[in-house]
Amino acid sequence: MTIAVIAIQGNVEEHIHALKEAMQKQKLDEKVVPVKHKGIIPYCDGIVLPGGESTTLCRLMKHEGIDIEIIDAAKQNKPILATCAGLISLAKSGGKQAQKTKQHLLGIMDIEVDRNTFGRQGDSFEVPIHISFLNTPYNAVFIRAPKIVRVGKNVEVIARFGEDIVGAKQQNIIGLAFHPELTDDLRIHQYYLQLVQENTG
Amino acid sequence: MDMEKLRHGTELIKRGFAKMQKGGVIMDVTNKEQARIAEEAGAVAVMALQAVPADIRKEGGVARMADPEIIKSIIDEVTIPVMAKTRIGHFVEAEILQAIGVDMVDESEVLTPADEMYHIDKTGFTIPFVCGARNLGEALRRINEGAAMIRTKGEAGTGDVKEAVRHTKQITGEIRALASKNKEELIKAAREMEAPIELVVETAKLQRLPVVNFAAGGIATPADAAMMMQLGVDGIFVGSGIFKSENPEKMAKSIVEAVNNYDKPEMLAEISKGIGNPMKGVDTATIPESEILQTRGW
Repeated sequence: MTIAVIAIQGNVEEHIHALKEAMQKQKLDEKVVPVKHKGIIPYCDGIVLPGGESTTLCRLMKHEGIDIEIIDAAKQNKPILATCAGLISLAKSGGKQAQKTKQHLLGIMDIEVDRNTFGRQGDSFEVPIHISFLNTPYNAVFIRAPKIVRVGKNVEVIARFGEDIVGAKQQNIIGLAFHPELTDDLRIHQYYLQLVQENTG
Repeated sequence: MDMEKLRHGTELIKRGFAKMQKGGVIMDVTNKEQARIAEEAGAVAVMALQAVPADIRKEGGVARMADPEIIKSIIDEVTIPVMAKTRIGHFVEAEILQAIGVDMVDESEVLTPADEMYHIDKTGFTIPFVCGARNLGEALRRINEGAAMIRTKGEAGTGDVKEAVRHTKQITGEIRALASKNKEELIKAAREMEAPIELVVETAKLQRLPVVNFAAGGIATPADAAMMMQLGVDGIFVGSGIFKSENPEKMAKSIVEAVNNYDKPEMLAEISKGIGNPMKGVDTATIPESEILQTRGW
């Protein structure tokens, strides 16, 4: 199996590193490829969309023509892990800020997000939260993070910070408002790899 | 959820913010109209300034933090992060910038230094800092003071890329040279470069700086930006290069695309076509020593 990490901008190396470490732990010997241009995603079994600046990410994914390939991969039920800016790019609606910048969202996840919902960088925080598929709390790092303000009926809420939804799952797509790639805790990447394995079967 | 365990301004959060900028272009802007152009072009952040470095250089006098009203208007205009510059050592300017909601502070040699002995103690701030460096020792001293991101100093406001190239090659060369050193040689190297031994050992092991490292100072064309990326930096600051060019919209978009295609000459050829004249600039070799900015700070 091969996993594509969208490598346009942001936390690309951190996701690649986390995926490789998680693979080693699960004794999987698979490939992780950084993807900047079209033509590679159709041959991959899973896609990771990293954190970065969502305005930049969305604009360049469209410019490079990989937006359509990600939509196709989602239609084929290939597992996708999207964090922070990645989560925003998958949403159906991005609220006021996305409208203001005429952001080109992929609309793959039936959710609405609110960008920079917790404030500016000075308000960024880390906090242990509960995630539905993990037994013990996960230290979640929120950096100018979004939250999910509406979920469709096929979307399961998997993580909350207080009342706010910060993680959701729609079939094989996991969207997180925080950054699992910034910590050494590999459990989320391990869970994602399991999804890919089950899907490629 | 345990609210007592909620933490702001940790090293992880500060360095994490810098990591979000990787592979991106950060553009100098002096008003909200320019900030909008930068955001639409795909900049990952903007640097809010009173005047771009080329004009600061021309005007002379004491260059200070920008008017908070200008910075605030830029913050309200764009959704991407907004950075702003403080004078070297001017911790109160930095406190003001933090108070108005700036996302990252650049303790910058482009402004007139406020302290000739000490840089700001950046560990006491909630928001992260970026600082300039010309060599590895300087970069590690700044990281030791709490900088979450390093950029080359280059020679700001010139449109001449050679100083940014010099500083990048200097830093990467020094890091490469650490690879073959044993413990006692690393201790000697740390003493010689006046940097903490722990950071020298960490850098030797990682074979890169422990924080995100951008190129800045004199980058004026898509080819300049692509060259700096090929030299191994994580991203690009463009100062005067955008809004001192003939067509800022086109130049901004082209530099963003060049950073995403930095190793594809055919693409770079397309990207570089018909984008108007870059800023005129000045050869750094012809600038009198008293007007050189990169020697500010230590």
